[in-house]
Amino acid sequence: MTKLILPAGEGAKLHSPGRRKALKTLAAGGVAAATMPLLGRYASAQSAAPIRIGFQKHATGIGAAYGRWYERATLAAVEKINGEGGINGRPVEIVTEDDGTDPKRGAEVLEKFANQSNCDVAYGTLFSHVVMGSAPRAAELKLPYFVVSEGHHVASGALNRWTLQPGITDVKSQIQAMAPFITDVLGKKVTMIFPDYAFGYDHRDNLAPAIEAAGGEVIEKIAIPPSETSYTKYFPRIPRETEVIYHVMIGPGVLTFVKELGEFFGPSRPEIFGFVDSIEATDLTSPGLEFLDGTYFWEGMPRYAQADDTEYSTAYRAAVGCDANGASLADPKDVATYAHMFGCWETLHIIKAGMEACDYKGIEDRQALIEAVEAMTDMPEGFDHPQGPKKFNGKTHQTFGQQYISKVEGGKLVKVHTASIEDTMYPDEVDYTTMSF
Amino acid sequence: MDFGPYLMLAMLEGAVLASVLALMASGLSLVFGVMRVVNVAHGEFYMLGAVMAWAVTSFIGGGPALAFIAAAILAPLLVGGLAAVADMVILKRLNYDPERTIVATIGLLYILQQATLMTYGADARPVVPPFNHRIALPWVEWGEGGLSFYFPWGLSTTSYKLFVIGAAVVLIAALRLFMTRSKAGLIMRATQLDGEMATAFGIPVERVYAAVFGVGAGLAALAGVLIVPIQQAHYLMGGDALLLSFIVVIIGGLGSLAGTIVAAVLIGMSDGIISVFFSPTLAKILATLAVALVLVFRPQGLFGGKGR
Repeated sequence: MTKLILPAGEGAKLHSPGRRKALKTLAAGGVAAATMPLLGRYASAQSAAPIRIGFQKHATGIGAAYGRWYERATLAAVEKINGEGGINGRPVEIVTEDDGTDPKRGAEVLEKFANQSNCDVAYGTLFSHVVMGSAPRAAELKLPYFVVSEGHHVASGALNRWTLQPGITDVKSQIQAMAPFITDVLGKKVTMIFPDYAFGYDHRDNLAPAIEAAGGEVIEKIAIPPSETSYTKYFPRIPRETEVIYHVMIGPGVLTFVKELGEFFGPSRPEIFGFVDSIEATDLTSPGLEFLDGTYFWEGMPRYAQADDTEYSTAYRAAVGCDANGASLADPKDVATYAHMFGCWETLHIIKAGMEACDYKGIEDRQALIEAVEAMTDMPEGFDHPQGPKKFNGKTHQTFGQQYISKVEGGKLVKVHTASIEDTMYPDEVDYTTMSF
Repeated sequence: MDFGPYLMLAMLEGAVLASVLALMASGLSLVFGVMRVVNVAHGEFYMLGAVMAWAVTSFIGGGPALAFIAAAILAPLLVGGLAAVADMVILKRLNYDPERTIVATIGLLYILQQATLMTYGADARPVVPPFNHRIALPWVEWGEGGLSFYFPWGLSTTSYKLFVIGAAVVLIAALRLFMTRSKAGLIMRATQLDGEMATAFGIPVERVYAAVFGVGAGLAALAGVLIVPIQQAHYLMGGDALLLSFIVVIIGGLGSLAGTIVAAVLIGMSDGIISVFFSPTLAKILATLAVALVLVFRPQGLFGGKGR
């Protein structure tokens, strides 16, 4: 080892660039300057390179059904966008990574997008604990992070300037639009059953004020861990005087949850209002779900084709490969997460609109992209926004849109009420545009 | 809900859990008793039983009852066969060394879980029960005219849940008879008592080990088949079941069938009752605390004999 250590003078001589070398470097710079037109041509070749969108997918873990359908909606949207000439003339490429429905893995996946796979933006993911775990990393990486999660975490101000939710509405606005219907049509005394984690807490914290404002009362709140597999043991806590059960459940056990709810009540059930999450990706004609007939569900977008569907809605249904029952065209038992996945389709179109508005060239324009999306307001209904028109609030990074209430009739969800965008609006809780990048 | 009906519902739920747990844990206990192998992959055999039940019922037509009977026969056989092969190609090569087999079965756990994920997928899939009727249960109260019956809201069970309890009782009685009355049981007990002496008497110990590992896994698979019409088959379902089985086996005494049954009833019932009255988290906390206390004050378990 000692042989390698050189006297200070000698070492310095070895490493200090000589005068001749400096001249050479200058000359090389001159040559480079002379060939600028060539470089320019190269740059334009660069700009024809695909725009890479990192897709955080719940491929495994408790969110797998959502992951599968989010991916199908994503690929369908990308096919449409590329068919129409891509973004700024550049094709779009999706880079998919499994986040395992796990917050820690979610943050690692974002890092991979930014540092290894050269993605322009990150996008995707439903489960709110994954969003909560990933968003701080997105801010550190200065990576635009478009989530399709429904959680109130974006608009509540809990996240950061780099995280936006422009393609799907949040739980708070959904609940606010549902509460008057619940108290007017179903009953005043409400017992709620919700998953015991971030997304469930949005329901817990926002339902009681909304129901009270509508003249009702939440008399019991029952939290169930999302990884639970057996539910009957929770139901005796439902108070006797309950008029309406408000349920929202998530995870692989949702079918068991609704089945056991039916078995618990038997023929004498109270009114039941659920968020469609409780039966998302689940066949409504499964044995044991007959009791749901006559109950109501919130839907982000009606799973079953309705009589008054717009042409955009019908075209979207065909593009994502779903039949009139919201199941895969290839396998009628493979039911889609139809009430949520439109958010993927719409978010990708918003990314496209944002990149075109700021003339996005590369990762140096990431900040401009955020600012371009923040400047958006009205998004009219169309093939880009098949769920309905949206109003985006750039300050809170949250979009607002119509909500639907459907009634189960003969094993199908039939739309009975459409809540307007105005029904879903609430005062701003944060102004992200005042935060630094 | 009134206290009486509430308690009865809690006990019914607890009894379903206890019976499935007893079946599964007796497999774990049998494997440890005879082979001294702590099988960390036991939960995955339970999961495989449920997944196989789904596979068999979806490929065999002829109504839910016939399909379920086929699943109850085929799934434990297939899973047991797979486990016997795993014993011969993995555990035997490690000479059943206690530490190395733990690591090997952890590896087996991941292989089985990921193979299921790659083939069966990440979805939870339901199996239609062979029969399922809601049975509303009456309760008695002191009315004006003395005792009277009424049907409280929510106090109910299903015929299938009662069947699970009955089936588990029958299967465990059969296992007990098999171990005490049959020649195969005798050979297994002989191997358990003293493997070397058993070899000296001409018992093919290695084949006995493969059979025991297979039977242990088959019992877990059977528990999986019984539970899947109530819950659903999912590739991660083995984790919680494994934890509860270990709790049961440690409290009951590793290798003691009677202890395992008593501990399963204890843990299952207390889990049911505590989750209903307080919270499921508290039930898990108390069960884990019980394990800690048993390990401190009676390391061999409630029914375990002294180690040799």
